[in-house]
Amino acid sequence: MFKVISNRLQQGHRTSAYPKAPIQLYSRFRGLPEINPACDPAIVRQCADLCPQDAIVVAEKKIDLGRCTFCGQCAQVADGAFVRFSQNFEMGAARREDLLTAGALPDLAAHAKAHFKKLFGRSLQLRQVSAGGCNACEADTNVLNTPFFDLSRFGIDFVASPRHADGIHVTGPITRNMQTALLDTYAAVPAPKVVIASGCCSISGGPFHGSSEIVGDLNTLIPVDLYIPGCPPHPLTTLHALLAFFKK
Amino acid sequence: MDNLLQIGNGQVIERSRIPRVDFPSFLGLLTDFVHANGYIVQFFAYPAGEQTRLLAVFRNSNLFVLETEVDEAFPSLTLSGGAKFNLFEREIAEQYGLRPLGHPWLKMVRYHANAAGRPDVFGNDYRIDIPGNYDYFRVEGEAIHEVGVGPVHAGIIEPGHFRFQCAGEEVLHLEIQLGYQHRGVERMLTSVPQHRLPIIAEAIAGDTAIGHNLCCCQAIEALAGLAVAPGASTVRTIALELERIANHIGDLGALSGDVAFNPPAAYFGRIRGEFLNLLLTLCGNRFGKSLIRPGGVAQTMDDEQRQIICAKLKELRKEIVQVCDLLFSAHTVLARFESTGAVSRKIADQLGMVGYCGRASGLEYDVREFFPTERYAELPANTNRVTNGDVYSRAMVRREEIMHSLGLIDRLLALPEAPYSPAPMGQQPLAPASFVVTLNEGWRGEVSHCLLTDDNGGILRYKVKDPSFHNWTGLAMALRNQEISDFPLCNKSFNLSYCGFDL
Repeated sequence: MFKVISNRLQQGHRTSAYPKAPIQLYSRFRGLPEINPACDPAIVRQCADLCPQDAIVVAEKKIDLGRCTFCGQCAQVADGAFVRFSQNFEMGAARREDLLTAGALPDLAAHAKAHFKKLFGRSLQLRQVSAGGCNACEADTNVLNTPFFDLSRFGIDFVASPRHADGIHVTGPITRNMQTALLDTYAAVPAPKVVIASGCCSISGGPFHGSSEIVGDLNTLIPVDLYIPGCPPHPLTTLHALLAFFKK
Repeated sequence: MDNLLQIGNGQVIERSRIPRVDFPSFLGLLTDFVHANGYIVQFFAYPAGEQTRLLAVFRNSNLFVLETEVDEAFPSLTLSGGAKFNLFEREIAEQYGLRPLGHPWLKMVRYHANAAGRPDVFGNDYRIDIPGNYDYFRVEGEAIHEVGVGPVHAGIIEPGHFRFQCAGEEVLHLEIQLGYQHRGVERMLTSVPQHRLPIIAEAIAGDTAIGHNLCCCQAIEALAGLAVAPGASTVRTIALELERIANHIGDLGALSGDVAFNPPAAYFGRIRGEFLNLLLTLCGNRFGKSLIRPGGVAQTMDDEQRQIICAKLKELRKEIVQVCDLLFSAHTVLARFESTGAVSRKIADQLGMVGYCGRASGLEYDVREFFPTERYAELPANTNRVTNGDVYSRAMVRREEIMHSLGLIDRLLALPEAPYSPAPMGQQPLAPASFVVTLNEGWRGEVSHCLLTDDNGGILRYKVKDPSFHNWTGLAMALRNQEISDFPLCNKSFNLSYCGFDL
């Protein structure tokens, strides 16, 4: 008992003040890209050729955050002449097309469906479904339950049964072998229900795009309400997206 | 053993130099080898023109390679050599439609059609997309009941199906059916452009992003003749150790949570995050994705990052010691950990278990010591004091490895480094008609990638093995005659990868 108390005193209070106070991530973190619209098309082409995810649309000088793994290769071309990555982790989007970006995203809070805010603004229970994920998305979602993020203080919880859930949070490129289990879980959630696609795998197939063993895009199976990009999304990206989309 | 070819970890050899023997000799040699304290590292089929070959990489204190040619059916090595071949042979049957005759339990591994277009060995219809669509092993009797769990579990974890045969609370048998995470990784790795390889390797198992990508990049470097600067090698070694510490700490926290002792669970949960943030300091990603690229690292470690890591480790080391003391001195914790889920040395050896699961049962195998890559040859090895094979041993091995790894990182940070430049991803020509196998001690144990190139330097076969492939059967054995309520605890003490297994 003495050890429990002394450890408790040593550990102190560790919960983040975000979103009340801003939080600065380390300079190497790659968040929302900053794109130079005046960039030489030849350099944009060079970036696109280098991109393992085919995430750069040369003609529009845009990056598809639904495909991007934020590996940062493009930012090394010509010293970041086309793209640099900011430390802004607030990247959730309500529409798939918004993720194809020239460096700005619409305000998620303004875009969020009003009835979701009304229904789930005070309490949101989610069932997480891992459908072919590499466990990085799952792990960095789980982290939201640690003292630093402490998701429960916002009235948001991950629950065991889909019957207790208001929606599903899907990670992974949806393997053929998980398709049925995913749809069964979705069907077991009582309506009205919300669908969240987390990580580039569930949005576009991610690193596995092109594989015959996956579905790839969750939106082709069930309508997605909220997209959280990343490989995996930083826990703060997820936290921001959940708060902006559901909270008043 | 004269016709075995001894090879080095990450050494390229021409495929024509791989000794090829007839099947009876292949079976005889490998059977004798595993019976004389030998273990299988890789064992897989690959197409060579019209023929299909089986290739095995195996180890005692050295590494060897051998291959043979097979028809559509061949006598089972599991039958003659034991369980070390079991999953490998089932995988061969599934991937290439080759039937090991007399295999005692020829069951599908991941549920997918074979690549050779042969009739399915298991008689599955893959238009039905549910793995597990087959008869499970059943125990019959009046008091016997069956418990099925998954694929979708209660927590935020990966999918898999567990089928328990129980008498009351006691588990008589546990059958684990995976495959739900199968993404077709190996087939993708042979067909995508080279600059996608590290991205895919980092997503084989996200918690082992460093381990798998290190194997991938070392193999490409070997085949392309790329040298890695010592400074870049140091960063890779530090990253692999940070990954190990983060996962071990996370698991100790989860074990604590599983026995309802919440303070260490909360503290370790946060401390794990601190280590992930150190990986982010190195490369911008909490799992170390985007750090390692063929030829070195995509981002160098400069004085700024070095100092951040140094300062943070100094602060965290104290906390880890204190929280470990809190966890391991609580008698209620010890009562749940000790003697639970024991795997004897004999069983672990028969199954060929690796990593902390193997070491907790007394198998002293650590790739860092046996087949060192990067900076490991210059670093001291670890020893484990508690090797009873139970949950307590697996937890203690983690505790010892955390402290050992912290020491390694301190040494690595103190090494004087000549400047080096970042290695951007490029398209490297690979040596044609060649073979290379790479091994690294990922946090779960022996991670291994094996590449075979064709006559034009294209990748003919890419074989991935996660340590979980060796250890899942160990978890099933750990549950024998245990209370079913101890399953979460046993499971977490192993903490095996579903996606690393499913590929």
